[in-house]
Amino acid sequence: MKEFKGKVLFLDKSDINTDEIIPAKYLTENTKEALKPYLMEDLKLNGFSPENDIENNSIVITRANFGCGSSREHAPWALEVNGYNVVIAQSFARIFQQNMFNCGMAAIELPQKTIDHLFDTYLSKETIVEVDIKNCIILIEADGKKEEIGFEISEFDQELIFAGGWVEYADKNY
Amino acid sequence: MGKTIVEKIFESHLVDKPYKGINILKLDRVFCHEITTPIAISDLIAKGKDRVFDPDKIKAVIDHVTPAKDSKTALQGKIMREWARRQGIKDFFDIGQNGVCHALFPEKGFVMPGHTIIMGDSHTCTHGAFGAFAAGVGTTDLEVGILKGVCAFKDALTIKIELKGKFAKGVFAKDAILHVIRELSVNGATNRVIEFTGDAVRHMSMEERMTICNMAVEAGATSGICAPDMVTMDYLWKFIKDDYKSKQEALEKFSEFCPDEDAEYVDHFIFDVSELEPLVTQGYKPDNVIEISRIEETKVDQVYIGSCTNGRIEDLRIAAQILENKHIADSVRAIVSPATPEIFNKALQEGLIKIFMDAGFCVTNPTCGACLGMSNGVLAPDEVAAATTNRNFFGRMGKGGMVHLMSPASAAATSIAGKIANSELFENKGA
Repeated sequence: MKEFKGKVLFLDKSDINTDEIIPAKYLTENTKEALKPYLMEDLKLNGFSPENDIENNSIVITRANFGCGSSREHAPWALEVNGYNVVIAQSFARIFQQNMFNCGMAAIELPQKTIDHLFDTYLSKETIVEVDIKNCIILIEADGKKEEIGFEISEFDQELIFAGGWVEYADKNY
Repeated sequence: MGKTIVEKIFESHLVDKPYKGINILKLDRVFCHEITTPIAISDLIAKGKDRVFDPDKIKAVIDHVTPAKDSKTALQGKIMREWARRQGIKDFFDIGQNGVCHALFPEKGFVMPGHTIIMGDSHTCTHGAFGAFAAGVGTTDLEVGILKGVCAFKDALTIKIELKGKFAKGVFAKDAILHVIRELSVNGATNRVIEFTGDAVRHMSMEERMTICNMAVEAGATSGICAPDMVTMDYLWKFIKDDYKSKQEALEKFSEFCPDEDAEYVDHFIFDVSELEPLVTQGYKPDNVIEISRIEETKVDQVYIGSCTNGRIEDLRIAAQILENKHIADSVRAIVSPATPEIFNKALQEGLIKIFMDAGFCVTNPTCGACLGMSNGVLAPDEVAAATTNRNFFGRMGKGGMVHLMSPASAAATSIAGKIANSELFENKGA
């Protein structure tokens, strides 16, 4: 299983699409590693700079409909090769979310109120998050204080994460 | 209780229900193109599983960047080509025979009502026009599809969208789907299937149905879908005439995939298409849609007619009708990409290609081309395009560029005016 702990990159915007996560012109790459320098190169978001903000963090917290648009699994891969295995959002586009679980990564949904709370409380702080997939708990740590937040995930998506992805799961079962 | 089209398709293709709400479906088709498939192939090779579940059910094409533009895209093509040969995939469409997947595969008769189809391409929802469940997936789903012929889907909840009334002159299926996306928003149909119904849909050609189903994903939908009817049978007849005595008999068979009258929908919208004006997107989200008449002075640098949304013969006919004996504005460059060789050939025979060229258009080979800014027709920063495509995301057609989505008629009119314009076909009642 992958590691689901790290410093948080807050992306305060809804509908971040897969073209913003990884532009189409890089889909000519034939390896996942080659995508590493281009993650969120075209993301239009005030105050965000890919050069400064991507390194040193490894968990994204964002708003609604993250990953809309193209089916490109290059979006989760570009996250993965930069050390990001978790995105926490109010909601996801279907294909992106499935791609995350299919890669053994976690795309965790939280209610809008909880997402608002996370942005209100932690946006300006150095925040560390650890996601416990088995017990469905997010542990948040900032300024020496800790907070626990529960989440819901389907048993199937949990199994995909435990198996390391859909290829591994399907291989065992079908 | 009655069932929707998709519930019937799921039921007839169910392999396993490992958890509540999760359906493992048997696949009738796995479509492949050169952008999302090579990494699946390489991974299968690396895992020692370089096999396919059924070479006849896999259809493959090189369409996004063709002819190859550099060594990397040449390698993607090579991986596809060698794989197709190695695995005995007969329906592989390489340069000379290739075209935009979502136009090419229906044209070849690969899509039938009741089919389950996946492809590593979000606009796979196009094929729902034939009464199929067709979903875009990522490379991992594609990889398992190629190897095992199965894919996992959540329960299929359906939104019914009824399009009623008759289009005003100069208003088209593209305008209808832009309106639907405006009303639903970019995530209004996430994890839902959109079933398009109503008299406006019944009167649409298969090409028009493909246009509306194509953009269902821009509202977040898993698939668009239209119930099969006589229009579907007319389109499919040349592929199925040996299997049925008559179109009527074929339709009776395929009607098993029509929705029951008491089917349950999670939502139901009714839109009157007769009230629509030609529409256009602004900004960087496909649900940001307004009437063309409201931004008519917007200058454009490039006009693009093509793509899996609007690169079919009917689209080219309408655009050519507007361009005949006209010329594009001096300030504009214009590109048309017929979506498949068959469409290109028809356009040649009908004199459409000459009309485009006389008007000052560049005519490219069939390809996804400028739509996603990864091969030809890329915009420079701050340039503006009018396009018949499906996404206006920031940077979609080139870093820093702006894309306005519209119908082929509006795009043709825009190329002549040099700024966003309604076509002469449309009589503006308000003006």
